[in-house]
Amino acid sequence: MAETAVTGTPPQETAKPAVHELFVNMGPQHPSTHGVLRVMLKVDGERILDADADVGYLHRCFEKIAERRSVTMVIPYTDRTDYLAAITSEWAYVMAAEKLLGVEVPERAEYIRVIVGELQRIASHLIWFGAFALDLGATTAFLYAWREREYLLDIFQKLTGARMLYNYLRVGGVRNDLYDGFADDVHRFLKQLEEKLREYHDLLTGNRIFETRTKGIGVITAEQAIAWGASGPVLRGSGVPHDLRKAHPYSVYDRFEFGIPVGEDGDVYSRYVVRMQEFYESMRIVRQALRDIPGGPWQGDVPRRMKLNGDVYTRIESPRGEVGVYLVGDGSDTPYRCHYRSPCFVHLQLLGPMGVGHLVADMVAIIGSIDIVMGEVDR
Amino acid sequence: MGLISHEAVPGVITTRLRRLVNWSRKSSLWYMLFGIACCAIEMMATGASRYDFDRFGMIFRASPRQSDLMIVPGTVNEKMADRIKVLYDQMAEPRWVLAMGGCAVNGGPYHGEYNIVDGVDKVVPVDVYVPGCPPRPEALMHGVLLLQDKIMREGIEIPQPARG
Repeated sequence: MAETAVTGTPPQETAKPAVHELFVNMGPQHPSTHGVLRVMLKVDGERILDADADVGYLHRCFEKIAERRSVTMVIPYTDRTDYLAAITSEWAYVMAAEKLLGVEVPERAEYIRVIVGELQRIASHLIWFGAFALDLGATTAFLYAWREREYLLDIFQKLTGARMLYNYLRVGGVRNDLYDGFADDVHRFLKQLEEKLREYHDLLTGNRIFETRTKGIGVITAEQAIAWGASGPVLRGSGVPHDLRKAHPYSVYDRFEFGIPVGEDGDVYSRYVVRMQEFYESMRIVRQALRDIPGGPWQGDVPRRMKLNGDVYTRIESPRGEVGVYLVGDGSDTPYRCHYRSPCFVHLQLLGPMGVGHLVADMVAIIGSIDIVMGEVDR
Repeated sequence: MGLISHEAVPGVITTRLRRLVNWSRKSSLWYMLFGIACCAIEMMATGASRYDFDRFGMIFRASPRQSDLMIVPGTVNEKMADRIKVLYDQMAEPRWVLAMGGCAVNGGPYHGEYNIVDGVDKVVPVDVYVPGCPPRPEALMHGVLLLQDKIMREGIEIPQPARG
């Protein structure tokens, strides 16, 4: 520029390297898109200029199916929306049905729901931890996380009979009571997990390779996160202390003491820190709930034919964010409309704002950090 | 493997070429890392610490070009069916397909819905069906063992000269 000022010629256009826009397709078969997500990337060399998500590869007609099934028969399908956290998907739905039907849930059932819900959050975060680490090339962390998850699944299996898709929550309660020795099993697992979490932190937190891959990547400011409707760890990673369990306590969450982990920078690393902290908060809640759990029935009185009238929107805090169910009844025993609000669908729209300016390899870290579940996005 | 002759040199076995080829094929089934839905989590669990697919010589590959086995873990809908066909075509022969879970077998809980392909066998030929929603890792491993049996019974093709 100094030379041009001396000679008086205008700055030349060719001084800037020309942008060669290239369209790169990522997915639906890609090892790190967590299912069948297709991301359309506009790149210049390795730099991302724009990113857009193409969804629908796992559309399974959930909302239409719900219109043709009775209230109870929809529950197994809610399992299969967010299959990493089946309990929380069921929970949002049964809460909606209970509100429409005016069913009272016994206190013991609420405590059981909180316990299994928080254990489910731990299981879901374990998968996130393993898959996210695998995406970044840390294979060991993947194997470690799945090892701990198997112990948790053993407990779930003893309780519900299934490993992943439990069909455990019922309108008005839960399907069966806790088995004898459940509390011991859970305490043993939590103690073990506490030790192993230290191993996880040793592996990734503070690891220079990991920090280079995650710090300053995929930054989303608090204003942006709110404007886009983000929720869950993505919102909290940007520094907004919003958690439905605290902000609008449902079930018996107002009786427990727990903190809301909040990130600082809104980047991939902040979201990682938030989720790692949530392990400990979930463990605190489970321990308090196991201490305070009352006796009594685990299933309330429900009408034999559940006829839905009116409409209701319920929302709960799933491991991924705000899961909402909008349920409309027209007086019959099938829902007239059952809309499922998925947090991941909202977060997918953030891929563009998060990814612009970063490298293609960073897109993998960004997708991993928002913990996508395509079953929930496409429904 | 084959019949060991008592008069043979120690350390030497006799067998048929077909058995040798099939044995080596079944012992290193590399499967494509291709998670569609819920069953993919169980497939990953089977590959991870406790169940450990590596025992069967099974390692996941991210590319269809390098894989021998396509496990189809999840619901196949109309939009996905084309992609599965493309992926199957990209795999090198010999190749096998394992339909994992009710959805891939015949639509499962989503059978007959407007967007669902009732079974992945409408798109690609399937060798082994593993039912369940989702199948347990033990069930998936059983399916793989059945596939290994099937591979051992296969004849080998005489390679044809490359077509111009």
